[in-house]
Amino acid sequence: MSKNTEFVKFDKVDKSYDGKVLVVKDLNLNISEGEFITMLGPSGSGKTTCLMMLAGFETPTNGEIYLDSNPISNIPPHKRGIGMVFQNYALFPHMTVYENLAFPLRVRKVQKDEIDKKVDKALSMVSLSGFESRMPAQLSGGQQQRVAVARALVFDPAVVLMDEPLGALDKNLRESMQYEIKHIHENIGVTVVYVTHDQGEALTMSNRIAVFNDGKVQQLSSPDKLYEEPVNSFVAEFIGENNTFGGEVTDISKNVCKVKLQNGEILANPISVNSKGDKTTVSIRPERALINPKDKMDNNQTGKIEEVIYHGDHTRVRLDLLGNKEFILKVPNSSNELDLKLGNEIKVGWNSQDARALDPK
Amino acid sequence: MSSETKQILTTDGIPLEISLKKAERKNKIKAFLLVAPLLLFLIITYIFPIGEMFTRSIDDKMITNMLPKTFKSMETWDGKELPSEEVFASFLSDFKILVEKKEHGKLAQRLNKEKNGFNTITKKLFRQVKRNKIDETQSIKEQIMKVHKRWRNVEYWQAIKRTAPPYTSAKYLKAMDMYLNEDNKITQVSEDRRIHRILWLRTVEVAFFVTVFCFLMGYPIAHLLATLPMKYSNLLMICVLLPFWTSLLVRTASWMILLQQQGVVNDFFVMIGLVADDNRPEMMYNKVGTYVAMTQILLPFMVLPLYSVMKTISPSLMRAGKSLGGTPFVAFWKVYFPLTIPGIGAGCLLVFILAIGYYITPALVGGASGTLISNQIAYHMKTTLDWSFASAMGLMLLGGVLVIYWLYNKLVGVDNIKLG
Repeated sequence: MSKNTEFVKFDKVDKSYDGKVLVVKDLNLNISEGEFITMLGPSGSGKTTCLMMLAGFETPTNGEIYLDSNPISNIPPHKRGIGMVFQNYALFPHMTVYENLAFPLRVRKVQKDEIDKKVDKALSMVSLSGFESRMPAQLSGGQQQRVAVARALVFDPAVVLMDEPLGALDKNLRESMQYEIKHIHENIGVTVVYVTHDQGEALTMSNRIAVFNDGKVQQLSSPDKLYEEPVNSFVAEFIGENNTFGGEVTDISKNVCKVKLQNGEILANPISVNSKGDKTTVSIRPERALINPKDKMDNNQTGKIEEVIYHGDHTRVRLDLLGNKEFILKVPNSSNELDLKLGNEIKVGWNSQDARALDPK
Repeated sequence: MSSETKQILTTDGIPLEISLKKAERKNKIKAFLLVAPLLLFLIITYIFPIGEMFTRSIDDKMITNMLPKTFKSMETWDGKELPSEEVFASFLSDFKILVEKKEHGKLAQRLNKEKNGFNTITKKLFRQVKRNKIDETQSIKEQIMKVHKRWRNVEYWQAIKRTAPPYTSAKYLKAMDMYLNEDNKITQVSEDRRIHRILWLRTVEVAFFVTVFCFLMGYPIAHLLATLPMKYSNLLMICVLLPFWTSLLVRTASWMILLQQQGVVNDFFVMIGLVADDNRPEMMYNKVGTYVAMTQILLPFMVLPLYSVMKTISPSLMRAGKSLGGTPFVAFWKVYFPLTIPGIGAGCLLVFILAIGYYITPALVGGASGTLISNQIAYHMKTTLDWSFASAMGLMLLGGVLVIYWLYNKLVGVDNIKLG
């Protein structure tokens, strides 16, 4: 069975609330069937608006959204057959868990015994069997969240939307729920569109991530690619930690370019620079820069230790390197022979491949 | 767990419960002292007057104190034939004391209420006593019976006997258009005199429909208030509250200006050709006026509790209902509406209870067919000065409200009320 790669399609979608500011600008996005896609971005970046347009609670100002090749702009929310998990769960407080789950089935006039079967199945999927007669208020936050997930899935929707569903949970619960939702997705193969501002969540769960900023998708790619190969400085900054140097390209070849900094010069991987004289921001992941590198590396610098922060499994070292006083290094806890003292000068090296010369900030 | 749980001690060895009580006693005293002024105020202004009202409404001691000897001697009288000489004699001696104190008029009035015709015969007896025409060495019974033929009628003596108990339910029966007849049976008054029952029914009817109208109009307003953005909802809230800041009399008077036959509304109807100029409908001094004015005045009491409840309902619930496949109506009816029931309950109860005792508005715009039981109470307080009757009706109103509250508690549950 070939999967429809344009199962959900945003086609040139613009959205404005007040006629002055575009919240979403020229959004083109294809989501394939069975995919887990995450819209990630800071608040106000337009990701939730996109979700609401897909759910039908907002109408696109321009452009069209297609679901399974059918334009859906004129279909009211209740006819779209899209399941949705809300940020604050939105469980009906006056109904039991069973009634909450039965609601989408009852409005679809499903037979009573069929409803019982489906509710049973959905509850066991989120391991909440036996909670049918509880009221939502009698459940913990995590349990409520699971009921909300089960409710969004119980009527076998083609697409499930999740709007920061784990935002209200504490850290441990959030992590275990991430895996749980991921497993549910893997088991039933439903298309999931997930919105979050938590990059960790996005990286763990998704097949692909769309990074939103300023109403635009900055990058759409798999989690590893997003982290390893950010295409611009916003993505590099937003996903994971990042050391940056601002400078100017002085020499450029196919795979490597020379970037002149305020005090010094480094070799970098030209991503979004084309010619000499371009301004650029070079981004290096903290774990890609090594202290006293044994292998030969094409960037070797010396920095002064400004701060040492113990983090348990690793130690963070803040260096003053090439005029950047916020240069962060992550030192694994195994390499304890290093002499990390404040004020010490240490050697740091990295490959030009890992120093990505991106657009200037 | 064993049934004998071990007593838990504090670090100092004092039982935990005792220690806790000690620690909390101070707080309790403080709390009580804070509440005390209000409690005192409530007792003085609420509990006492209601108690006073109750005693007044059943009090019939006046005549008991006027005719002590008579009632004493009447105790052995079977009430079938004319009483004995002894009863007549004690009645005369009681009467003479009253004449001396010039209280015989009150007696006549009171007895006349019990049975018509006492006024005349008491006056006649008074004249005889005043002129010392009654010879106490002769049979007093014979002499009194000669004063007027009604003194020879056993029914009048029965009426006197009926007034003997110090308490009476007559006022309550009267409020229900009933009375105790000669045989001590509860009887309805003749049909053309049954005014109170009509008033009670009308009061309940008006209160009910005003509640319904307030609900029908208040629900959408409250919903709008709860969902509009702040800057608009504040303005709307002011519009809702504006009537609160206007004097009740001013509001009622403005309704009079609007609703009278030559009033604004009628002028408008004539102008758009809805009614003929010489056939303007009466919208005031009848039930229409009462409904319109009371609904407007009581509307905020419906809107505010509803608003406070709706404000707490997350808009995502309606969205959830729709995204799960419910049409907007189903989402409203199955999700939103049930969640507003506490507000509906509070609003309806509030409006109904206020409406059932409403006074000024019906008095001004009600006319004859729009007056309510509260107007009747006021009438007896101010005009006839029959305070005990007014008290009886007031208490019946209070009782009715308590019954409604109890019913409401049974049906919806008072815990479900949310007043704001």
